Amino acid sequence: MAVVSTAIATLLGTLLAIGVEMRRQYGMGLEALIFAPMIIPDIVLAIALLSFFSMLNLTMGLHTIILAHVVFNLAFVCSVVRARLKSFDWSIVEASADLGASALTTFRRVTLPVIAPAVIAGALLAFTLSVDEFIIAFFTAGAGRASTTLPMQIYAMIRFGITPEINALATIVMAVSITALTLSQRLNRGIIGQ
Amino acid sequence: MSEPRTLLAIDHVSKKFGQVTAVDGISLDIRENEFFALLGPSGCGKTTLLRMLAGFETPNDGRILLDGHDIARTPPNKRPVNLMFQSYALFPHMSVRANVSYGLEMERLPAAEIRSRVDAILATTELVPFADRKPEQLSGGQKQRVALARALVKRPRLLLLDEPLGALDKKLRGAMQLELKRLQHEVGITFVIVTHDQEESLVMADRMAVLKDGKLLQCDTPHAIYEHPADRFVADFIGVMNFVPGKASSDGVVAVNGARIAGKVPAALSPGAPAVASVRPERIRLFPSGETANRTTGTVEALAYHGLDLQLHVRTPLSPKPFLVRVTADAADRRPVASGDQVELGWDAADVRIFEE
Ligand SMILES: Nc1ncnc2c1ncn2[C@@H]1O[C@H](COP(=O)(O)OP(=O)(O)O)[C@@H](O)[C@H]1O
Ligand SMILES: [Mg+2]
Repeated sequence: MAVVSTAIATLLGTLLAIGVEMRRQYGMGLEALIFAPMIIPDIVLAIALLSFFSMLNLTMGLHTIILAHVVFNLAFVCSVVRARLKSFDWSIVEASADLGASALTTFRRVTLPVIAPAVIAGALLAFTLSVDEFIIAFFTAGAGRASTTLPMQIYAMIRFGITPEINALATIVMAVSITALTLSQRLNRGIIGQ
Repeated sequence: MSEPRTLLAIDHVSKKFGQVTAVDGISLDIRENEFFALLGPSGCGKTTLLRMLAGFETPNDGRILLDGHDIARTPPNKRPVNLMFQSYALFPHMSVRANVSYGLEMERLPAAEIRSRVDAILATTELVPFADRKPEQLSGGQKQRVALARALVKRPRLLLLDEPLGALDKKLRGAMQLELKRLQHEVGITFVIVTHDQEESLVMADRMAVLKDGKLLQCDTPHAIYEHPADRFVADFIGVMNFVPGKASSDGVVAVNGARIAGKVPAALSPGAPAVASVRPERIRLFPSGETANRTTGTVEALAYHGLDLQLHVRTPLSPKPFLVRVTADAADRRPVASGDQVELGWDAADVRIFEE
């Protein structure tokens, strides 16, 4: 679940970030819209998404959790990648075209490799947030037992008292989060150091 | 000698950004194998014109003919034209060799050919020892050579250079000017260089165009522009010029103090119209022997040695600004002058240029 939503959010977030930076002049409204999911309390976002999904008559399940997570992860990936693009020298994109590369080749061989550390950092951050996110997942999961995330599983188990399994699971969640977060920080520092 | 062939014809090209007209109806011919300079003060539209030649901007009006074909709307990756960026725009994640190979890889040439062409250009630009370095590990002059090699290796019909020496310090700049000129001879590619430094274009260009506010003022050889500037702005912008303001007469200019400056008056100037007479510092003689058409006396305010020659600032009654006079050190030795001395200056009518004020 976390992997899929991270992948989608990273892809969309990176493209969105590039799009926003290239058309910076029409900025402000769009900017607020992108940051909204980062600022709005999780519970508000969760309820909003829930009512949105039921308005569309979507059956709840893993796919709705993924969708919901993409929504808030997008904001984080986008802001990390945009921070990198602020110091990005767009003339290298023009230089690539000047040397005969198509737009797609330029993206693959010049733009992406240069912003790659930020994209990975954004992805790791999104992954961390997704792995231990509870509220949004809880609201958008629906009733089916099949679609539970790890934090939801822990929450369900906790109602019957704290067992060694819960401790073990919690440790795993924490270990994964801390590892991903540390890696993400490392990469980001590398970018600033450049 | 046969008439040189026109490679690129810029035909009434204009470019507007909103209200700003960056390039205003410019027409120019650039010839095969020449070193051409676009010169003008900052903001006159040089970069915009160059970017239209490279394909990054589309003109609002006019045609750009390369070998007779209109390329005004051809995208940059489809033109046999390369641009060397003002900021160099090297790919930071690639080695020098990878930067230089990139353009040939885009042409899908065989690996062996890419290798030999890259090796050759790295040798020409003296970059072989740095082939495996990343751009961040290079000095300014080395980066500049990588940018040049990366564009030259494609063997474009036309190489565009946007202020290529702007980021270098003065001494390195002098060396690179000659280096660029040598390279251009060696590779036999037409160069169009943008600069705001008039000295640089005088040194390097075969022909040059002077631009102001998006308009073309004059296009000719450096020598012709220096000796016969089209108007007052060009006269002032290129080299150093002494100006005497006044009113036009039939055979010269009458200065504010009533003195007459003899010189050829342009036909467009009717007698009595505001006019300015001008003369280059090196055309003025100190204590002239014999007859000269123009003479004045003045007081030396300052003097400075510039190696072979001596520059004097002389206060005269002819103009509010002191005259700048350049004499050879030999001449100065024959009759030494010091600050505060009264001196006599003279120059010929043939050395006077008269412009509308
Ligand atoms: N992309 C652009 N958008 C708006 N105005 C521009 C743009 N590029 C250049 N200009 C304007 O066009 C004029 C010429 O600029 P430029 O070609 O960069 O001059 P130069 O290279 O001679 O200094 C300037 O007034 C500049 O502000
Ligand atoms: Mg410029």
